[in-house]
Amino acid sequence: MQNDLTLESWGRFPAALHSGEIVPRSIDEVRNSMRSVDASLLPRGMGRSYGDSCLNDGGYLLSTKRLDKFMHFAPDTGVLRCESGVTLDEILRVFVPQGWFLPVTPGTKYVTIGGAIANDIHGKNHHREGTFSNHVIRFELERSDGTRFLCSRDENRDWFRATVGGIGLTGVILWAELKLRPIAGPYIEMESIKFDSLDEFFQISHSSGGLFEYTVSWLDCLSSNDVRGLFMRGNHIDKEEKAELKITHKTSQWKTFPCDAPSYLLSTPSIKLFNFIYYNKQLNKIKKSIVHYDPFFYPLDSINHWNRMYGKSGFLQWQCAVPVNDNYEAIRLILRKIHKSGLGSFLVVFKEFGNHPSEGMLSFPMSGITLAMDFPNREKKIFSFLDRLDEVVVDVRGRIYPAKDARMSRNTFRASFPSVNEFTSYIDPKFSSSFYRRVGG
Amino acid sequence: MLKPSKMLVFGATSAIAYETIKLFAKDGTSFYLCSRKEDELKRLADDLIVRGAKEVRFATFNALDVNSVTEAVNDCLIKFPDLDGLFIAHGFLPDQKVCETSIDSMRQVIDINFTSAATILTIVANYFEKRGTGTIIAVSSPGGDRGRQSNYVYGSAKGALTVFLSGLRQRLSRAGVSVITIKPGFVDTPMTVDFKKGILFVGPEVIARGIYKAVLKGKSEVYLPAYWRFIMMIIKHVPEMIFKKIKL
Ligand SMILES: Cc1cc2nc3c(=O)[nH]c(=O)nc-3n(C[C@H](O)[C@H](O)[C@H](O)COP(=O)(O)OP(=O)(O)OC[C@H]3O[C@@H](n4cnc5c(N)ncnc54)[C@H](O)[C@@H]3O)c2cc1C
Ligand SMILES: NC(=O)c1ccc[n+]([C@@H]2O[C@H](COP(=O)([O-])OP(=O)(O)OC[C@H]3O[C@@H](n4cnc5c(N)ncnc54)[C@H](OP(=O)(O)O)[C@@H]3O)[C@@H](O)[C@H]2O)c1
Repeated sequence: MQNDLTLESWGRFPAALHSGEIVPRSIDEVRNSMRSVDASLLPRGMGRSYGDSCLNDGGYLLSTKRLDKFMHFAPDTGVLRCESGVTLDEILRVFVPQGWFLPVTPGTKYVTIGGAIANDIHGKNHHREGTFSNHVIRFELERSDGTRFLCSRDENRDWFRATVGGIGLTGVILWAELKLRPIAGPYIEMESIKFDSLDEFFQISHSSGGLFEYTVSWLDCLSSNDVRGLFMRGNHIDKEEKAELKITHKTSQWKTFPCDAPSYLLSTPSIKLFNFIYYNKQLNKIKKSIVHYDPFFYPLDSINHWNRMYGKSGFLQWQCAVPVNDNYEAIRLILRKIHKSGLGSFLVVFKEFGNHPSEGMLSFPMSGITLAMDFPNREKKIFSFLDRLDEVVVDVRGRIYPAKDARMSRNTFRASFPSVNEFTSYIDPKFSSSFYRRVGG
Repeated sequence: MLKPSKMLVFGATSAIAYETIKLFAKDGTSFYLCSRKEDELKRLADDLIVRGAKEVRFATFNALDVNSVTEAVNDCLIKFPDLDGLFIAHGFLPDQKVCETSIDSMRQVIDINFTSAATILTIVANYFEKRGTGTIIAVSSPGGDRGRQSNYVYGSAKGALTVFLSGLRQRLSRAGVSVITIKPGFVDTPMTVDFKKGILFVGPEVIARGIYKAVLKGKSEVYLPAYWRFIMMIIKHVPEMIFKKIKL
């Protein structure tokens, strides 16, 4: 057992004090690891969740960092079986040179397979490929009483549905099988397009969906009228030679964010300036380029510990998904509120989800729009402001994303995930998290 | 320098060995893996195949049982008659205090770290010499460069290994067989779990990259990271009169 009691989540808020971290060295050791503690437990991957869903204040964490082995790969089908602590980074390292890519990837490659399933994560290709778990064929789950379930769409389907998006509460995912997708090389052909209004965003988004596998936008809500931003869209390149022509970005690890940043770095004027530069850096309406997958998918990964930029008190993320059957009224209202509040956000990420049904009882993605942003945790008023945004979301039957949450209310959680009643009966009696004690329980 | 295409690995389950053979697996190397733990070896074999290894076989051995050592080597030579790589990475870091009073413990440390390695080296060296090709990599330690009161039993076993390897290198250089001595500094592995991790600690993947490079460049003796060569140079040159009075 390791006694690193100060493990944080990526947002560094809230703080938690753990009793310890258990690190089983193999799948077979997981059973004894679970038995070895007498307080509550929570599986832990890379800790890339922002709020408190990967924290278990007062209890133990069961780290999967040594469940890091590949088990099998079938080159004819692209089906990979691996232990749950294998990271997306490791999969890319081994498989991109062999011509395979992840079916779905989030904005960081430093997440584990277990974490990807437990939050049923989504990526820039949701409109085409659905969520991560949509590409998971099966996995094995172990409960604290020693029972194991092989879970798939055919076998123990209820446990499959509870564990996908089940935020680590149903047991430990030991290993999983997922389907990789073939690629011709590591490069992405991308375009970034400036837009000046929400209507323009929707128009570009709708015309891009069929032509581009990956779409995502960056929004500036601090400009006075309406919104503006950049719409990024891309496809894997089919021919490797094409990529040799003009590679605009090579992969590189820049540096580690050295220390906790002073708070003036994040005042509203400096965010305004940042957004202004970001937007105006691109002079033309459309910019086309060929980039390596690393800067395209994982721009933030090039700075280790960029989360320290927000200083010691950490930061809050807020990500919602709202259906769009109301002529985008809810999303317009949310954007207006963000603008009016003057509470800046470096990164407002905006994307249209597709219709692919999510399979987990608590899966977050739904057909509609998703919007994510972060705030330094400096002013109390952010909390009440976000509560008001939650109300808008809940009113239109939208959802708040647990992987990024440190503050939503019990009611918001219940309204976001009406299947929570069904979910409760699958929770392992020995498992708990700071998040679930706050919103569920 | 040619990369080995078939490699026999002792202590394959060690953190340093695993990180290293991962790099060779990518090149399509075949392996014969040895450790005490069959389940772990099976798990490693599956992992290495996915990473690109061509063929992986394994066998258990205990460094304290000389028969199990020779059996493993001989079986490997039957399965891979064209073996061209040997990687010795098993080792045991004892509680020095125990070794000061228990003769059994003291001898075990020497057997695990030195005698078993010398046994493997003797058989494989003759085999490679006859075939006129091969690369031998063995993990020794800077701790073998000079005896220190805190760690001289382990240190003397590793020191003996270093001397053995250096003699072997001289003998085999004419036969076209290269012998590489690896001396890692402080590495964050299960062997050092109870150590307080200072700034001199590095991850096993750093050592692995160094070993991989050393093979490609046909090096003889490498300290990893390289600054350990300077640290050890200083430690080695302190006169014995002074050295005996400091606690290191
Ligand atoms: C820069 C950045 C960008 C991101 N972009 C996206 C994005 O685009 N889309 C998106 O969906 N998410 C995104 N995320 C969030 C991230 O993908 C999720 O939080 C993910 O679940 C983190 O995985 P992890 O391995 O770090 O797990 P952790 O954060 O350690 O744990 C997450 C949850 O998984 C559970 N868990 C972990 N391993 C297991 C296991 N073996 N068995 C059972 N339960 C387990 C934990 O208990 C916890 O509830 C982003 C995060 C960052 C930091
Ligand atoms: N870590 C450091 O700081 C450091 C520094 C310098 C040198 N080294 C050397 O590096 C090498 C690898 O060590 P590591 O740090 O990676 O440690 P590790 O992960 O703890 O590995 C130790 C290895 O030794 C094997 N082993 C131990 N006793 C054995 C026995 N009686 N019979 C057979 N195998 C035995 C283990 O195999 P099983 O348990 O599977 O049988 C395991 O593979 C060792 O030679 C060590 O001396 C380490």
